[in-house]
Amino acid sequence: MATKDVIYGINGPVVTVRNTRTFSMMEMVYVGESRLVGEIIGINDKLTTIQVYEETTGLKPGDPVYGTGTPMNVLLGPGIIDNIFDGIERPLKAIEEKSGSFISRGASVSSLDLDKYWNVKIKVKVGDELNSGAIYATCRETAIIEHRFMVPPTLSGTVTKVEPNGKYRLMDTIVTIKDAKGEEHDLTLCQKWPIKTARPCLNRLPATIPLITGQRVIDTMFPISKGGTAAIPGGFGTGKTMTQHQLAKWCDADIIVYVGCGERGNEMSQVLDEFSELIDPKSGRPMTDRTVLIANTSNMPVAAREASIYTGLTLAEYYRDMGYHVAIMADSTSRWAEALREISGRLEEMPAEEGFPAYLPSRLSQFYERAGRVDTLCGSEGSVTIIGAVSPQGSDFSEPVTQNTKRFTRCFWALDKSLAYARHYPAINWMDSYSEYFTDLDPWFRDNLGEDFIKYRNKVTAILHEESTLMEIVKLIGSDVLPDEQKLVIETAKAIRVGFLQQNAFHKDDTFVPLEKQKLMMKAILHLYAKAKHIIAAAIPISSILELGLFERLAKMKYDIPNSKPEMFDELIADIDTALATLTN
Amino acid sequence: MILDYVGVKEINGSLVVLDDVENVSNEEMVDIRLDNGTVRHGRIVQIEGKRVVVQVFEGTNSISLDNTRTRLKAHPMELALAPEIMGRVFNGVGTPIDGLGDVYPVKKADVNGTPMNPVSRVYPRNYINTGISTIDTLMTLIRGQKLPIFSGSGMKHNELAVQLVRQAKISDGEDNKFGIVFAAMGVKNDVADYFRRSFDESGVLSRVVMFLNLANDPIIERTLTPRCALTAAEYLAFECNMHVLVIMTDMTSYAEALREFSSSKGEIPGRKGFPGYLYSDLASLYERAGMIKGSKGSVTQIPILTMPNDDITHPVPDLTGYITEGQIVLDRQLEGQGFYPPVSVLPSLSRLMKDGIGEGYTRFDHQPLANQLFAAYARVQDARSLASVIGEEELSPVDKKYIEFGKLFEQYFVSQGYSENRTIEQSLNLGWKLLSTLPRTELDRVDDELLDQFYITDPEQLGFNSFGESSDKDSGN
Repeated sequence: MATKDVIYGINGPVVTVRNTRTFSMMEMVYVGESRLVGEIIGINDKLTTIQVYEETTGLKPGDPVYGTGTPMNVLLGPGIIDNIFDGIERPLKAIEEKSGSFISRGASVSSLDLDKYWNVKIKVKVGDELNSGAIYATCRETAIIEHRFMVPPTLSGTVTKVEPNGKYRLMDTIVTIKDAKGEEHDLTLCQKWPIKTARPCLNRLPATIPLITGQRVIDTMFPISKGGTAAIPGGFGTGKTMTQHQLAKWCDADIIVYVGCGERGNEMSQVLDEFSELIDPKSGRPMTDRTVLIANTSNMPVAAREASIYTGLTLAEYYRDMGYHVAIMADSTSRWAEALREISGRLEEMPAEEGFPAYLPSRLSQFYERAGRVDTLCGSEGSVTIIGAVSPQGSDFSEPVTQNTKRFTRCFWALDKSLAYARHYPAINWMDSYSEYFTDLDPWFRDNLGEDFIKYRNKVTAILHEESTLMEIVKLIGSDVLPDEQKLVIETAKAIRVGFLQQNAFHKDDTFVPLEKQKLMMKAILHLYAKAKHIIAAAIPISSILELGLFERLAKMKYDIPNSKPEMFDELIADIDTALATLTN
Repeated sequence: MILDYVGVKEINGSLVVLDDVENVSNEEMVDIRLDNGTVRHGRIVQIEGKRVVVQVFEGTNSISLDNTRTRLKAHPMELALAPEIMGRVFNGVGTPIDGLGDVYPVKKADVNGTPMNPVSRVYPRNYINTGISTIDTLMTLIRGQKLPIFSGSGMKHNELAVQLVRQAKISDGEDNKFGIVFAAMGVKNDVADYFRRSFDESGVLSRVVMFLNLANDPIIERTLTPRCALTAAEYLAFECNMHVLVIMTDMTSYAEALREFSSSKGEIPGRKGFPGYLYSDLASLYERAGMIKGSKGSVTQIPILTMPNDDITHPVPDLTGYITEGQIVLDRQLEGQGFYPPVSVLPSLSRLMKDGIGEGYTRFDHQPLANQLFAAYARVQDARSLASVIGEEELSPVDKKYIEFGKLFEQYFVSQGYSENRTIEQSLNLGWKLLSTLPRTELDRVDDELLDQFYITDPEQLGFNSFGESSDKDSGN
């Protein structure tokens, strides 16, 4: 480069360079002597604007700016799982070793460990035709995850050279291919991919398989499919983070990408602590063996916060391409939207609603549309499920982030302050929430759990809605004046709320409940409801039914009946029958 | 070579613009010497080629276009630190104002700090016994936590903060190594004085570092006050291995100072005129609480903020709540009924409590008891709103029980004396006693084993009346 590009102006995280034609849009650059990471976000013939991902204290006009020629990208290869990165894929453990407990600026460390040897098994031989995305080797990344090395989506060709099975480092060439033009390309254990571009797939599949979470209110009432999208909005203290932790721990995805975007530092250390102690019931290994953490806490630079969501998504897509089901937890997308707003403000763009930039909806839709269940290039099936928390300002769901998110997600699990105040967890409000996946998923539920499951669910929903209408009356005139039949609805709804919807994340059995037990719990509640209805029709007062203590038993069946003993529900139902029989005799 | 720049180009609020400035770095400090001999301090906030914008801490009164000489100091805003800062009083930007001379620095640190690496954090688990029933039982304070008090003008948040400082005990008995950093931002002189006197009376004054920016001090200093205080706190905690409790009051004044400054810079305002980066800015303060590996110390924060018009959805409490690990909300109605501390139990919360209580920390029944108390008290609110429509007489017998429970709960559990220090055992047992006034079948958040052990069936043993009389006298209302 003949003329060096130098800083002209500085305003917070935004740096400008004058009179240059070297850079392209979204190119990654290094700014200043300490090489802070930045990205080009605006170009005109006079001024090029850079968003810097680190604190700009101490930068001077005249400091150099180095281009990299490529957009902001991440390094993809073994070593991602069980790691913790910041928003631009810098490994925080390595940074800790280098700069201590506080993150210094310009810390340049490789995203993945370059010196670690991986035990690689080659899957191809000389002469093989490899398409984009074809798997040419594998290695064991953690005890439960096999890493599959894929030809980058931009390449394809014939294998000309193959190394034997053995131990290799990240940058070692193991396979060489020759493309249609006759150019040779070395394939190593890693590849790079720009974070703001979706990785390609063959075609998208319909959302017909549920993501099973073991959380009753989600699985039964508002299910999400593998490859689906869900939003969890809620004011502070309503349990967004708790819900996401529960999902990350128990959902049946192969890999979890947990993005802590602008959230609390102590929360991230809690995730680290808890997940390494927690054993995955399916594999018998610590949860960290299937988890990637991206921690960009609220005090870390705001521009990197914007990137963290895309970084997480790109890592998730990479594992999807290998044929895994990946779930990504983004906590919280509001912080990401606020980062957009903050940077937009620095660029003096014309604000739309509440100061958010006008492109907020399009950015949100681009993000959520990267979810999906797909046929991957390598010919297997994988999915990325996105579950994004939303922190509405002032707990007001009409604010722009919640409203726009609602348009692009198909599940809406609305957390409710009054439920949280009453310590009803998960505080998902059954009246405001919805799932659009019912029609897609019902065949699966029918095949795996029988028609009854859907019937029970509809009945439970109907009772809850009826209760809500009745409560309007009760609020005005008290419950005493209601006829017994309606009192029964209220009692049953209470049993559903306390016994079924409420779930205790700290109880060993209740923290994860298999679908079969969920179904039986509904069955028991509805059984009592149906029987009691008959008895009331025979003019026996509801008070005598309540005295039997059956509703209290239903409220506690989640603790009384272990997950492993579904047959105990038969006893419970038999007990209900015997108890009720004493009334009719 | 030291250059003085004569005059300024533009003055706007607390900002001045200089032109033709060479070799300047972002966030660098400057001294501005006026012709009358006074010196003001400032900081570079924006650079555009040779044109720089300087924020003047003491304000721009009597600065004219050419009566100044500005000198670049070649370093960012730093605070002089030494173990001797204990017991000292500083102004909002860290200059001593107690007449005892400058601090001889062992170290100088950038007041903005650097973010703590999440992997270096130690997850806080050790609870702090505050001796206040509601806080200990229902929103336990954990060492390394940031737990704000949401209050309103005229409520007893200052008394509560002082009581917390006086009674706070750490369970493992390393009490000798604790310190308090007190940051006053835009508070009235009387309030600052009240804190100073209270610290003196409880004999902790020599362990307090005070940063005072009173209501009539410049607002730019106010935006730096918490940063100085937290830099001092981090130094004491992580280099001198002390347990530091940081009290910051009033965060609303701080945010308003930030808003004033932002609008004078001509930035695009967000909600209620506060700048769009208010969340990030508050986070850069609150996130400086915590513990790190390899250090015995900790920084625990208790920011106090007054909610304008008691509105919890106002941007300052709202954003604070999203960053901090819970909140203690005070309620004007409880205060009006003469209950102290007027902690509004339902919206209050401590996020870290679940891992710092129970077996090995407090008592094994703590969590279920807390859940049940919350649930029962929430039910009380339902019963009350129903009673306000149809009258208490018309309520069902169960609802009447709840109304009764609510009264007892507020009178005996929430309310306690300003100098009453209850042990965790006392608080927990009191909680069970109160729950025992409800029918056993209503207690659906606890399992039968616990009920067998703690539920008191004999109404004689509850004896709330006699118990209440003595406690009422203690509180001395």
